Amino acid sequence: MAGLTATPRVRRVRKRPYGSFLVLLLAALYFLVPVAASLWFTVDDPGKGVTFGAYARGLRDEGMATSLGLSIRLGLATVALGLLLMVPTMVVVALRLPRLRRVVEVLCMVPLIMPPVALVAGVSTVLSWEQDLADTPLWATFQALHNKSFPLVLVLVYTVMSLPFLYRSLDGGLRGTDLKTLVEASRSLGASRLGTLCRVVVPNLRPAIVSGAVLSLAMVLGEYTVASVLGFEPFSVWMVHVGDYEAQLSVAAAMLSLLITWGLLLLLTNLAGGRTRNRNRNRNRTGDRRKTTV
Amino acid sequence: MTTTARTDTTDTTASTGTAAATAPGTAATPEDQPGGVGLRLRGLQRSFGATTALDGLDLDITPGELVALLGPSGCGKTTALRIIAGFESADRGELLIGGEDVTAVPANRRDIGMVFQSYSLFPTMTAAENVAYGLRVRKAPKAERAARAGELLELVGLPGREKHYPHQLSGGQQQRVALARALAIRPRILLLDEPLSALDAKVRLQLREEIRRLQLELGITTVFVTHDQEEALSMADRVAVMRDGRLEQCAPPNELYERPATPFVAEFVGTMNRLPGVVRDSGTVEVLGRRLPVHGECPGSGREVDVLLRPEGLKVHTGAEAQGEPATVRVATFLGGVTRLLLSTDSGAEAKADLPSWEAETLTPGARCTLTPHDNPVLVEEVAR
Repeated sequence: MAGLTATPRVRRVRKRPYGSFLVLLLAALYFLVPVAASLWFTVDDPGKGVTFGAYARGLRDEGMATSLGLSIRLGLATVALGLLLMVPTMVVVALRLPRLRRVVEVLCMVPLIMPPVALVAGVSTVLSWEQDLADTPLWATFQALHNKSFPLVLVLVYTVMSLPFLYRSLDGGLRGTDLKTLVEASRSLGASRLGTLCRVVVPNLRPAIVSGAVLSLAMVLGEYTVASVLGFEPFSVWMVHVGDYEAQLSVAAAMLSLLITWGLLLLLTNLAGGRTRNRNRNRNRTGDRRKTTV
Repeated sequence: MTTTARTDTTDTTASTGTAAATAPGTAATPEDQPGGVGLRLRGLQRSFGATTALDGLDLDITPGELVALLGPSGCGKTTALRIIAGFESADRGELLIGGEDVTAVPANRRDIGMVFQSYSLFPTMTAAENVAYGLRVRKAPKAERAARAGELLELVGLPGREKHYPHQLSGGQQQRVALARALAIRPRILLLDEPLSALDAKVRLQLREEIRRLQLELGITTVFVTHDQEEALSMADRVAVMRDGRLEQCAPPNELYERPATPFVAEFVGTMNRLPGVVRDSGTVEVLGRRLPVHGECPGSGREVDVLLRPEGLKVHTGAEAQGEPATVRVATFLGGVTRLLLSTDSGAEAKADLPSWEAETLTPGARCTLTPHDNPVLVEEVAR
């Protein structure tokens, strides 16, 4: 009888996420097919088979090293300037001037809707004032701005162009943190404003800062229009020039730049994630101990 | 049978004594004794636009005292605390700590420890690093910081948790670390901004007793903001009841409960009945067929008033010899040792009366009884009927 009254065992049918797999597969193909095609183009030498000659030529080419070095320096300077500008601004807005949040957001999003060509047209006009300022102290400043070895003007323009990325990342970080209480706790314990910013705010915003930095760096490494119109030759511009007379080298350089960019991004992500990983490891070690204690 | 109602609130008040008892193994060392300093608020005024948060707040707190700021939302208690901490500035008035005017001193130079409502631990630091943060800011040697952090974590009952991050601790544990962090800098004043409100009931009760024990051990002057009257009455030496930015009454818990200065305090702290009465000659009021002395403001003779009476200030009579105002039991709510009766008098008034549960067994809904008040002085408030 017991068998008759027993609750029938319900087998849960696990749905296989075929749809998700399909989307993932399509996305992977979308990204990987061009990369694989480019890779094949760089190593396939008709008549000789697979060869890494294009890469060897690229690594020997002085132009590549110079332009890549310039791009990386521009990227790092842009990230540094952007963070110096945005972190204190956003912290002050979050803590003291929340009403200005929308204004700052709109200002930071403008570069996203403004075509780089329009931006560079304005910059070119300003740079053309140099001739009129020949007899003034500002002339030296203009000279420094478009110094070929390190064009500061590009850092300034790229900083403006990176504002949307920095804003979005920092805004997400700030929204996920009870910044006001943390700052007040730090202040009540005797910390100055600067000390609080360095010891409490920045470490708490580190994932957001790194995310913004990574996006900005990627943007600078791939930017072409502004640099090209202003007549500078960072890596992206050099690649296009090389492509005019040696297509295989150009694509090989693009592949190398992809690797270098990924390497840089990984490095930055790891630098930022160190503490988080340690915390996660500790969390796994301690398990559910918290549930049993008060 | 005549039954005298009894309060359950006095139990929580009495528990202060229990909470104050010293805990074994956690006696404070002499250097832990900051000696306590006095705190004086003089005519503090603060407005936010058209809203007046503080309207001339005066309060004196003696060294080593724990004062609870109690009041409804928007009464200005948190603003007062934030002004003491230095996070808000007063439009007018002064703030003195140990006789020194600190009104214009920034928050980081006031030597005040604060525990916040939300767990305000720094998420990227371990428990020990959190506790030692204030000492690090003061450039204390590393060994001293570590020793002090360990000592304080032990004091708050968290030995061995030095390397845990905030997310690895429960809410109660996080608040203990926050308390240890606030105490690590040996503050002159300790501020507690609703530190228990985010915790569940059991942890809350346990932690409030521990906070009180530590406060008494260290002799630290403490201001505690809460909207929970039971918390205030059970922990504080004095309770300051605030309303609309002003201090209504500041008194020890039992005095506040038994002799409230105003009808607002009487109704805010504990449960209060409002029963119709008429003022008679020589400061007495007639209510439920008896004359009682009036304490506090008394309108002129013949005026109609509401008489404020505690549920335990009413006697419930049953049986043939019953006297007083006839009433019917409408609801009987069992509260453990006490049963609360909701009664309707034959004259149309409603009253709550508390009496021991074993005496209330026969007083089921629909039962007839009579009500009389105790002979204690009562508060009255004039009304237009």
